[in-house]
Amino acid sequence: MGEIAVSLWRGKADGSYQVYRVPQRDNQTVLDVVTWVQRNVDPTLAYRFACRVGMCGSCAMTVNGRPRWTCRTHTAKVVKNGNLEIGPLANLPIIKDLACDLRPFFEKWQKARAVFSPGLTRKDAIERIMPTTAARLAADAAIECINCAVCYAACDTVRWNADYLGPAALNRAWTLVNDVRDTANPQRLAAVAAAGGCHACHSHQSCQQHCPNALNPTASIAGLKRHTMQAYLKGELE
Amino acid sequence: MNVRLYVLQRASAAFMAPLLLIHLGVIFYASSRGFSAADILARTRGSLFWGGFYAAFVAAAATHAAIGVRVIASEWTRWRGRSLGALMWACGLLLAALGVTAVAAVVLT
Repeated sequence: MGEIAVSLWRGKADGSYQVYRVPQRDNQTVLDVVTWVQRNVDPTLAYRFACRVGMCGSCAMTVNGRPRWTCRTHTAKVVKNGNLEIGPLANLPIIKDLACDLRPFFEKWQKARAVFSPGLTRKDAIERIMPTTAARLAADAAIECINCAVCYAACDTVRWNADYLGPAALNRAWTLVNDVRDTANPQRLAAVAAAGGCHACHSHQSCQQHCPNALNPTASIAGLKRHTMQAYLKGELE
Repeated sequence: MNVRLYVLQRASAAFMAPLLLIHLGVIFYASSRGFSAADILARTRGSLFWGGFYAAFVAAAATHAAIGVRVIASEWTRWRGRSLGALMWACGLLLAALGVTAVAAVVLT
């Protein structure tokens, strides 16, 4: 097989793309390409990965202009005329090269109260959850998020509005709104109904378009809009 | 945008939709009949119905547009704080004043 001319982002926000020539292989992923450069050309190349099998959500990067999980993206699918461009995720500060600072992303999870708040202790019996209830089905449809921040990087509203909590945090909040074991819904609904919350979403649906796990955060956010609006009309939210 | 503004903007849009259709219908009707300005004014002057109809339309449009301008300003210019609320109120009051002036011109003699 031939070679790929790989443009890799080097440096911080004021950095630039540099081209490396990488041998193309069968079943080669974009993460394999980055690793090849780091091990064979420049060991100072910074990037992030862990599981390599699409579970940990660490290796997301911008590939040919769109955010992707690089460990599950084959080069055969994305190389165009022998060229490939790999950059850091958008909408996040660049630490170095392909590694972004994910603190704003996870701080917004906290701000959305997208954290499970159980009402039982280990001394209580395990609660039985019926998998067929409407609430559980809604939670299950949104639960497989791997925190990769692809949706956050793809979101126009995140780019325009620094206060916007983003699709991943709101999607997680929606799973908890539908979790009968959770006890923090009044506070959670208040958090997602404030400025920068679910009502800032324009429903462009880039999140569901790019989500590697085929989740639909736009639908989750629409659910939050309905729930918060009902709570507001009942006088439960200011 | 918070939930209060969201509800207000959606409610004003839902309220405005049928009024807008009636408004367009009136325009087509008046055009197709070849009404002059005097013909139209003869029907609207002193009319409580048309005065109330367009006053409600103006209130909904001013509410809806002012909240929309607030969102656009915050996203395009990163405008925040109380002055952003002041912009929304100023926009809403200006639109309401312009609308009420127009309604008064065709309803009051």
